[in-house]
Amino acid sequence: MTPKPFVRMWSWLGAVSLIAAACAPAATPAPTSAPAATDAPAASEATAPTAAPASTEATTADATVLTMWYHGAGNDVERTILTQIIDDFNASQTQWRVERQDFPQESYNESVVAGALAGNLPDIIDVDGPIMPNWAWSGYMAPLQLKEGTLDNFLPGTIGTWDGQVYSVGLWDAAVAVFARKSVLEANGIRIPTIEEPWTFEEFDAALVTLQGTGEFEYALDLGTAWTGEWYPYAFSPLMQSFGGDIVDRSTYLTAEGKLNGPEAIAFGEWWQSLFERGLAPGTSQDGADREAGFIDGRYALQWNGNWAALAAIEKYGDDLVFLPAPDFGAGSTIGAASWQFGISAKSQNQEGANAFIQFALQDKYLAAFSDGIGLIPATASAAALTKNYAPGGPMEVFFQLSQAQALIRPPTPAYLSAALVFEKALADIANGADVTTTLDAATDEINADIESNNGYGFK
Amino acid sequence: MNTTRILHRNQTATTVVRYGLMSLLALIFLFPIVFMVISSLKPDLQIMQDSSSFRAFLPVGDISFDNYAETFVRAPTGRFIFNSILTTALTVVLGLLVNSMAGFSLAIPRWRGRGLVLTLIIATLIVPFETIAIPLLLIVSRLPTIGLDGITQGWLNTYHVQVIPFVANAFSIFLFVQFFKSLPQELVEAARIDGASWFQIFANVMVPLSGPVFATVTILTFLPMWNAYLWPIMVVQIEEFRPVMVGLQYFFQLNVAWGEVMAYLTIITLPVLVMFLALQRAFIESIASTGIKG
Repeated sequence: MTPKPFVRMWSWLGAVSLIAAACAPAATPAPTSAPAATDAPAASEATAPTAAPASTEATTADATVLTMWYHGAGNDVERTILTQIIDDFNASQTQWRVERQDFPQESYNESVVAGALAGNLPDIIDVDGPIMPNWAWSGYMAPLQLKEGTLDNFLPGTIGTWDGQVYSVGLWDAAVAVFARKSVLEANGIRIPTIEEPWTFEEFDAALVTLQGTGEFEYALDLGTAWTGEWYPYAFSPLMQSFGGDIVDRSTYLTAEGKLNGPEAIAFGEWWQSLFERGLAPGTSQDGADREAGFIDGRYALQWNGNWAALAAIEKYGDDLVFLPAPDFGAGSTIGAASWQFGISAKSQNQEGANAFIQFALQDKYLAAFSDGIGLIPATASAAALTKNYAPGGPMEVFFQLSQAQALIRPPTPAYLSAALVFEKALADIANGADVTTTLDAATDEINADIESNNGYGFK
Repeated sequence: MNTTRILHRNQTATTVVRYGLMSLLALIFLFPIVFMVISSLKPDLQIMQDSSSFRAFLPVGDISFDNYAETFVRAPTGRFIFNSILTTALTVVLGLLVNSMAGFSLAIPRWRGRGLVLTLIIATLIVPFETIAIPLLLIVSRLPTIGLDGITQGWLNTYHVQVIPFVANAFSIFLFVQFFKSLPQELVEAARIDGASWFQIFANVMVPLSGPVFATVTILTFLPMWNAYLWPIMVVQIEEFRPVMVGLQYFFQLNVAWGEVMAYLTIITLPVLVMFLALQRAFIESIASTGIKG
């Protein structure tokens, strides 16, 4: 090879670098000078909150900047609504001006942890409910100082509490239910359960066997095993809790012993494994496309899914569709709770302003706007009444009722972050045929070791 | 005569089998790329419907470039591509310069302790980046930056924080050392006799002969920089400095828009393919000559 091509290659790369460097904007040193979101607002069906004045520059030019990180990069609807709230807040007073920086959800937590290590967190952050205790314990977050009574009517899952103080609050929650078709249940003589009278363990299991026996469906129940990650503890730990088990012992938060490997948890594990052994539910190799379309296509009789998937199912089945409460396996019906919430960075020098913004954002009209925009459950009944889906008589009203009646937040402990991963792996292993007792014992030991190595996460 | 014909027939059969196997392997390696490109032209529902049949690899059905247009609406894709080109090109250029000089100094001039230095440099290869990521973050977050605003603390949210830590690379130095050592030492001795300085020998004798290793290091530096993910999410908290791989996460919402994901992946794969195709001959030559399996 002659040297000339490489001289040319070097020259080319060098030229690209120099031109690109020359064209690059000046480095922005800190998030306090973060630019406003530059993405074009997208068409949104969200309820439009009060429009902000055309320009807020004149009124907020001397305002103190409140920096904010949000996990919704790439989500046009969330971005549009949040931009509106920020614009309204900035226009409503002259002391503070919120500037937001969007992050992709998949990498948001890592960015926050890195920001905390580098001492670079903004004033306002948003945090996924079950992770909040870890961040509060780690010293990343400060307790909220909201006006007395602000959260009185909020759904329990929207309030993030750690060490007796509220650290975060959500504008919405999510809920899961059993998606079913009334006609299918009636044709097979299966009782339609209610929140007051959910299916018992025996009823639910018998219903699955009956539906599988019809031969009309590939599987009687779609649990969504294709969705890995947080779906497992969010959607499946309530089933274990309904048996009487749990991820950790909530009386002390110092051990999982007796809860994750107790007789109730083992009973759950054996039933869980039997679902796959008996061919009642697709296993962990379920294709994501089947999860998306299996129930809609009529290949699955029942589906364990969240309110975010409800509209597509309603569109397909209309009035024939019913959203059923979680079965009661013996210790009551429970579903997961807590979604994304707003909080304040512990290092914020502007906590008063950050609290003022969060207080401002908790208005019903914004809760309703988010609900209409992204389909999640508004945090208050009064906001639900303003929405098209969750208002009394609305097609998804039942999800608000489920959140009120059955929601149980995932264990509010810093240990949850690692315990959730252990739980997910244990359930996947059991689904794939691992010995139930051995697997749950190993998971318990792993969680206990983590708690011990972190000196009890503040519970000792 | 018969023997010659049989031999010729055997050779033909061997060639056919060899080419058949190679074509099969090529198809296997091409399938993901073909699937990606074809899916980028289809709506989400059709991608799902076609995924269980051979239609997944055929441009049939509702074909359009809508997904490509959407990638620029959902995220500042052009910006991300620009950022990645800038940081990758800077790292490659500076890396070639620094690592080739380091390799030369460790391979050609004889000086006390060079073996130890080379050993120490190679020893750093056993330390995975994830191990040093947090200490490195703490360091760069406290380093001063001299800019138009004067001196500011911290390198976070800049281009240079994505470049400088990756300029010096132990594996690149090792490759240069190996390659420089394989060149005829008589050339160096002749240049020394003619009075050339070490830098002149490096620039005028060694570099012109080292095309293959420069190509190899270019590709080996280019790929991880283009695919950089962990480091950028740690040190870049502002959208305008994000690279393409962090940008990919913009498309993973609650309901993933697979068509847009495939379109975005197709766009960001093109520079990699172009780079590899441009340098593949030298890359293969270098691997063959240094005995390194890439």
